[in-house]
This record gives sequence, C-alpha cells and structure tokens, in this order.
Amino acid sequence: MTGVSTSERPQPLIVGAGPAGIRAAQALVKAGLRPLVVDEAPSCGGQIYRQRLVSDGRSTRDLYGSEAPKAEALHRDFAALDGKLDYWPQALLWNLRDGRADIMIEGTSRQVAYDGLLLATGATDRTLPLPGWTLPGVFTLGGAQIALKSQGCAIGSKVVFLGSGPLLYLVAWQYMKAGARVAAVLDTAPFAAKFNLLRGLPLFPGIVLRGMRMTAELKLAGIALHYGVGDVRIEGASTVAAIAWRQDGMEHRLACDGIGYGLALRSETQAADLAGCRFAFNTRDRAALPERDAAGRTSVPGVYIAGDGAGIAGADAAERAGERAALALLQDRGLPHDAARAATLEAELASIGRFRDVLEAAFPFPAHWARDIADATTLCRCEEITAGEIRAAIGRFGVHELNRLKAVSRVGMGRCQGRVCGAAAAELLAHETGRGIEAIGRLRSQAPVKPVPLTLALSAQQQEAAE
Amino acid sequence: MPLLHRLVRADHPAIPFTLDGVACEGRTGDTVLTAILTHADRLRLSEFSASPRAGFCQMGACQDCWIVLESGERLRACSTSLTAGMSIVTRRARAA
Amino acid sequence: MSQRLSVDVAIIGGGLVGSSAALALRGMGFSVALLDKGYCGAQASGVNYGGVRRQGRPVEQLPLSQRAHAVWPRLRALIGIDGEFLRSGHLKLARNEDDMASLETYAEAVAEEGLGLELIGHNGLRERFGWIGDGVVGACFCAGDGHANPRLVSTGFAAAARRAGVEVLENTAVEGVTRDGEGFALEAAGNLTLRSRFVVNSAGAWAAPFAESFGEPAPLSRIYPSMVVTEPMEQVMSVNIGMEGGGIYARQVERGNVVVGGERALPLADPDFSRPRGDGAIAIMNNAAALFPGLRHAQAIRFWSGTEGAMPDRNPVIGPSLTTPGLIHAFGFTGAGFQIAPGVGEVLAELVRDGETQTPIAAFSIGRFREISARTDAGSGAGQNQEPQH
Repeated sequence: MTGVSTSERPQPLIVGAGPAGIRAAQALVKAGLRPLVVDEAPSCGGQIYRQRLVSDGRSTRDLYGSEAPKAEALHRDFAALDGKLDYWPQALLWNLRDGRADIMIEGTSRQVAYDGLLLATGATDRTLPLPGWTLPGVFTLGGAQIALKSQGCAIGSKVVFLGSGPLLYLVAWQYMKAGARVAAVLDTAPFAAKFNLLRGLPLFPGIVLRGMRMTAELKLAGIALHYGVGDVRIEGASTVAAIAWRQDGMEHRLACDGIGYGLALRSETQAADLAGCRFAFNTRDRAALPERDAAGRTSVPGVYIAGDGAGIAGADAAERAGERAALALLQDRGLPHDAARAATLEAELASIGRFRDVLEAAFPFPAHWARDIADATTLCRCEEITAGEIRAAIGRFGVHELNRLKAVSRVGMGRCQGRVCGAAAAELLAHETGRGIEAIGRLRSQAPVKPVPLTLALSAQQQEAAE
Repeated sequence: MPLLHRLVRADHPAIPFTLDGVACEGRTGDTVLTAILTHADRLRLSEFSASPRAGFCQMGACQDCWIVLESGERLRACSTSLTAGMSIVTRRARAA
Repeated sequence: MSQRLSVDVAIIGGGLVGSSAALALRGMGFSVALLDKGYCGAQASGVNYGGVRRQGRPVEQLPLSQRAHAVWPRLRALIGIDGEFLRSGHLKLARNEDDMASLETYAEAVAEEGLGLELIGHNGLRERFGWIGDGVVGACFCAGDGHANPRLVSTGFAAAARRAGVEVLENTAVEGVTRDGEGFALEAAGNLTLRSRFVVNSAGAWAAPFAESFGEPAPLSRIYPSMVVTEPMEQVMSVNIGMEGGGIYARQVERGNVVVGGERALPLADPDFSRPRGDGAIAIMNNAAALFPGLRHAQAIRFWSGTEGAMPDRNPVIGPSLTTPGLIHAFGFTGAGFQIAPGVGEVLAELVRDGETQTPIAAFSIGRFREISARTDAGSGAGQNQEPQH
C-alpha cells in the first residue's frame, strides 16, 4: 500500500447487473465498498430475470415460473442497495484499457478509472446456421423468451422450438403456459441422450424433476416432441412458413410462422479480452474462455469474472460466482472477508459444475453440423457470407487460424463482431482443416464492444475517478 | 401479417408512430422492435441481398435489428423504447 | 524434429514487401523461402488503412511509386484476386490557405513525375465533391490513385507465392542469421536450419535487429495507426480522402463500410499488438462525422490498429547492405508502404538477379544512417546531433 486510504481509491467497477453482478455488488457493499455497476438494460436482472418496461397484469410467477422467488429476491436485494452504490443502467461499456473503462450513456462517453473490475457480462444463445435462419420469424430461444417475458408477445401464432439444451423445453413450456400455440419441439439430440439426466438426479433432483414435469406437460398438451432431428431447413419467402427436417431416415415437414432456436449458450467475453485476460479452450463449452481460479480471479490482477460470461453454468451458479468473486476482490484488497462463506460457495459451484457435465451429455452439441452445412447457407448474418464462400476462402488462402479467416473472408467482421457467427466459423474452419476446434485460435475482440455512433461525445469530465 | 402477437398490454395507453409513412399505434412498454413487428413482418432489408430481417436475439447482442428513422437516425430496435412520433422506415437497406 | 532447407533466397518477413519479392523471385526461377514469425500479411501489410496513393509522397519515392502504380491494375493476373483495388482517385484536402499553398507547392515540385495532379478551388470542390462538409478551402486531386483491401492483397501475394512454389513458412520466427561462406545460415523456430545465397530483410517493425547483427543499426521505431470502420452505408464518398498537414483520412469500400484513420493507437503489454485509445477513436469518429455530413448517423462497428516500422526521415530503407554481400534490406515504410510495396518487391528481385535496378533507390540506402550509428557506437560524446542525414 502506498498510504492512500481505501476510501480514496477509485471504485470497483461491476459490469452487468444480472444474478452475478447483483450478488457481487451486494457483497462489496456489505464490506463497506461503494461499487459502480454499469448495465446495458434499463433495469436489473440480466436476461434470465429481466424485468418488464411497465407492469402488465402478470405476476412474477407468470413471468419466472418456479424461479419467481429468486427473481424477486434479486430485484429486491439490488433495490435495497440504492444509495450505497452507483448504478448506471442503459450504459454500454465499449472500451477498456489500462484500468480505465469507456462507458457510453445516452450518446456521451465517460471514462471511469476503476480499482477492481468484476465482469458479469452473461451469455447469449449459441446458434449454428441453417438454411432459412435469417427469415423474419426465426428468433433465438432467448429472444423468444424475452418477447414473451418482457414484451408479452408470442413470436408467432404457430411456434416451433428447435435446438437443444434446457432452455429449449423451458421456453416451449412457458409459451404453452402463456396460451401461445406451440406446434412442436424439435430436439437435435437423440432421445437416448436424455437418460444422462438420471445421473443428475442425485445432484439436483429438483431441477431434473422439474424438467421432466415440463416435458410431460408439453406432451399432455398434445405438443409433439421430436428427438434426433437433423438436416433442418427453414422455409418461407419473406417470413417463416414451414420447417423441414430428417429424423430416423424419414423426411418431415411442419407449417409454422415462428421459430425459437438455440443450442445452449455462449459466453460474452469481449470485456475480459479487452481487459487483457488470458484465455484457454474449454471443452464443455467448445469455446475459448477467460482463465479463472475457483474464486473467479482472472490472469490479470484486480480483474474478476463471474457468471455465464466466464463459462456457461446458469443463473444459480451466477449468483454464487458473483458473490465469490466479490469476496476474492475483498481479500485481495486486504479487507475482511468471510472465508467460510467463500468455501461454501466454491463447493456449491463445483457441484453445479458436475451437473453441467450431465446437462451437456443430455443435450450434446450437434456433431456433424460443419460437415453437413450446405455451401449456399448464409453463415454470417451481418456480412451475408455463405458457408461456401468461407470454405473457398479457407482453400484459396490456405487459412488455418480463425483471425486469419476473419481477415480474408470477413466472417466476424460485421456489426455483431462474431457473436452470432463466431462459433460456426470456428466449427467450419476446424472441420475443413481437419484440426481440433481447440487448435484454430479464437477471435480477438476489438473495441467497440458494440456499435457506437460516430457522433459519440466525449464527456466534459473525461475522467471520473469516482470517490 | 405481423410477426409478433400480443398476449398482454393490449389496453395500455397508445403511442403513435409511423411505419413507412403509415400511421400506427404501439403500446406503453413497447420496444421499437415490438411496436414494428406487431404491425409488420420485417424491420429492415439486409445490406447486401436486400432480404427481409426482423431481428434475432432481442437482447442487444446480434445487432440484426438496427433500423432507420426518416431523419436518418439509426437505432437498435430491441433495446430502444418506442417514443411518440417516431417515423420508422423499413424499406431502406442501408444507413445514409 | 529438425529440418534443413537450402534455397537461393531467404526472405525474412511475409508482409507485402516480402511476399511480392518472393513471387517476383520465383518468377525469375529462384528457389525462395518466405519466413514469417506469425502469419503472412497479418501485421502492417494487412492491417494498414489501404490507401493506394502516390500523391503526397516525397519526390524521391515517386519513381518507385510509379513502378508500383503499374502493378496494381494487374493484381488479378498476378495473384488471382483484384484485392478490391479501386482506382477511385485520391483527394487531399486543405483546411486553410497555408495548407492550400503547401498543396500547390507540392504539385509544382512533382509536375514532371506524371501524377496528373489537379488543384481544385473551393467552388470546384463544392461542385464536384458536394458530400464534403464545411471547413475545406480547396484540394488537390490525383485521379489515378485509389484504395484496396490490405487484408486480401497482402495475404493474396503470400498465397500466390506459395502456389508458385515458394516455401512459405509461417509461425517460423528467424532466431539468427549469419554469413556462412558464400551464403547465409538461418536458424528459425521449430529447429529449422536454412541455407541461402541471399537474404532479404523485410521484417517490418522487427527488421532492425537483423540489420544490426550485420553492423548496420537503423533508427527504426514503431507507430500504431488507429482505424475506425462504420457499418455499411449508402454511398457517402466517391474518392479516397486525405488531409494536408495530417488529420483524418477516409475511404469507402464497395460494400459500403467507411474506413477512417487518424490519431495513434497504443501498444498493449505485448508491444507487437496494439489497440486504438478510446479518446483517440472518438476524435476520429467526431472529425469524420463533421467532415462528411453523410456519416452523421453512422455507427462505428469496429476499430483496428497494427504495428508499423517507422524511420525518422519518413523514407524506408531499401537496398543492398553496405557491410554484407547478398543481404538486402527493405523495411521502415512509416505508414506509407502499401502502395509502393509491389514495386519494391520487383526491385528486390532485380537486386538479387542483377545486383542492380533501373529504379532509383539511392535515397533509401541504409548508408544514410551510417554516420549516426558510427558516432553512436563510438560512445562518449555521440548522439549530440540526432537528426538523421538525408
């Protein structure tokens, strides 16, 4: 220490106000710190516990189902921190560098010096391109859920849910409960994979049984559940009209006007990358993720990471990881922290991690996507690059590294900066070059984290070293 | 044919806006995406093939729902609240 | 596992200079190895702004620049892709009368070089380039200049060299070069030993240690240009834009994205990588939105930066070593190497084949730094006059 008292040091910065960010903020405030929480959404909760813009007659039970108590607790606990922290909603962290964050609020950029950075940036749906997936009416599972939860809308009058992962059944069930018409659930994983869930029973019986109950209720409602679905094509001229697929060697087709699609989730890691964190390939998530210890410390001193942004583990894990990372921050600052609590949290996180392995086995990644994707299918939605164009670029330039593929094909260069197409580009490159998915590099993140206007104004008080 | 179907908030106070010059009404609590897609089946045309797009992730990540106002102003429909008097254009493929 | 290779020419650095030299040499029948510590075209050659511009270069660069000018329209024949080269014209803007006077002086000085420069006054600018905003008093137009996609051109040259039979060795850092009998011995990553008759040092920002190891220190520093790219736009601008006296530069690619450069980025902990500064990027964006009203609603979707080798007199080092026969240098292009690189590649090939070239390159000799380095080497009292000798 240099003799500067703790109160004069810059604030810790928490990025994201979902379950991880909220629990982290709570732990820091409890220890007497005053963190700054920045979040893109207008209100706290993250995606999973996202709040409506206005009330609409639905109860929290209607919105969050069995998770309503958790949602209520998080919203309530964060509200109780009012006055004890600084909270910037609708704020985009668009650049990070040398202990300073550039944050955009209403078209103005403020630079914030921070002492301690806790990233709780969450996740988005992982998708893999399919014929017709850019048609209006196709949304991610998360998108379909937000339409319902936050906007009170169904994405169609006859909706098909496609993909794999727990969210597939959850969103289908939520649509059914809300009175929307669900035409079918198409699971890309074989039915046999679901027996893996039995291994999860002793770990988290409640979750497994809830999933089974949802599946049973979907069936009771007459909703067709198809397993081992492959060769999926979405049809339609200007909007979704039908979905076709192959199953057990048979061709199937079903008329529909909305599709919710997702293959589990992928971490939002741009901020960690800009912060200089070292990444390592994670086999379970099939993605490069920021390295972290069990407490959430990254390779960069003073930078912590928690929640789905550090690797997919779900909301319950995020709450614990957020609190755990905050305790690590306190400990590293030489402040009192509850070591017993930290150990408990780590044990719970380890147990959730084992359950994640079970889920991965029950909802496996579609193994042959890269082999089967047709050349004509658009792979990169932003730049409208087809799988065939990417294959051609790999061949013409002899590419075997992902950033080089980006350089010569533009994949990942568009507005989304590879959020949507990055996983697919990696799978295709690995397949075409005969390398492992872990051996082709990862897309390096660049600022801005999301698009910013050219007229972005520099705040008068360019550096806000918050007290 | 609208893409989105309202299940709630149908009686919330109306917010007037125009869509390709046609007067429309959204509801209090609508995002721009919801307001448009409860009236229409697309948000925009893509830049390179002029194919219709209607967003994808609805959580500000995929950047597929950037739309144009008549003033030329650009905004991301899924993460912007509808405000009265917005003049939204879905025919234009590009910002200019 | 160790590997041995023997070639006529070993080229250190797979940027545009190295890979175009490799292709030209292979065309002359030489056996060539092209070595890069990372990926060919992944540094300055691949991440520069993409201006294909003769206008504004020091007059001594123009013969070389004109030579390269003839290569650009032939890219498809040469490397199989056009590299998105557009002969759009390059317009250099003057913000005040002093800057305009500089443009006039330059146009006069290079009148004999065949650039076809055209001075345009305020009214002419309004008429022909109405999409440029206020605050510009005049400009100088070079209709034959343009822009291209550096990511494709640089990688394309390396790929074409590989197809032509060049041994392209990526992720193969050269760890040492020594004179060995009539030729050279190179030690490279992966236990590679390579023998060659000639060595071309085109290692960009990493070239100085190789020169120094042959007794030729060069005052090479690093610069990190900063670029901002917008989302795809309707046509906002029709020509490549520069500014007298610095500021921003901008071009719009055929797909509609506008690339705007300016300012300087900062290196990261690993100084081979850099990123634009937040406030620097904002300055570029704001200036672009002010200068081009068509960009006032645009969103920036991507920034980038790269590492470029820079010389204090803004001229590159090109030419034979003065200490070591068979060694040829080509580095230090100071943010202006993209356009002339394909010409430099041809010149390097001629230097290997003929020991000379018809293109004047005397001004770029590494010998211009000899006096300084000799005094620096002498130690005490050295370095009082740090100005490089032209």
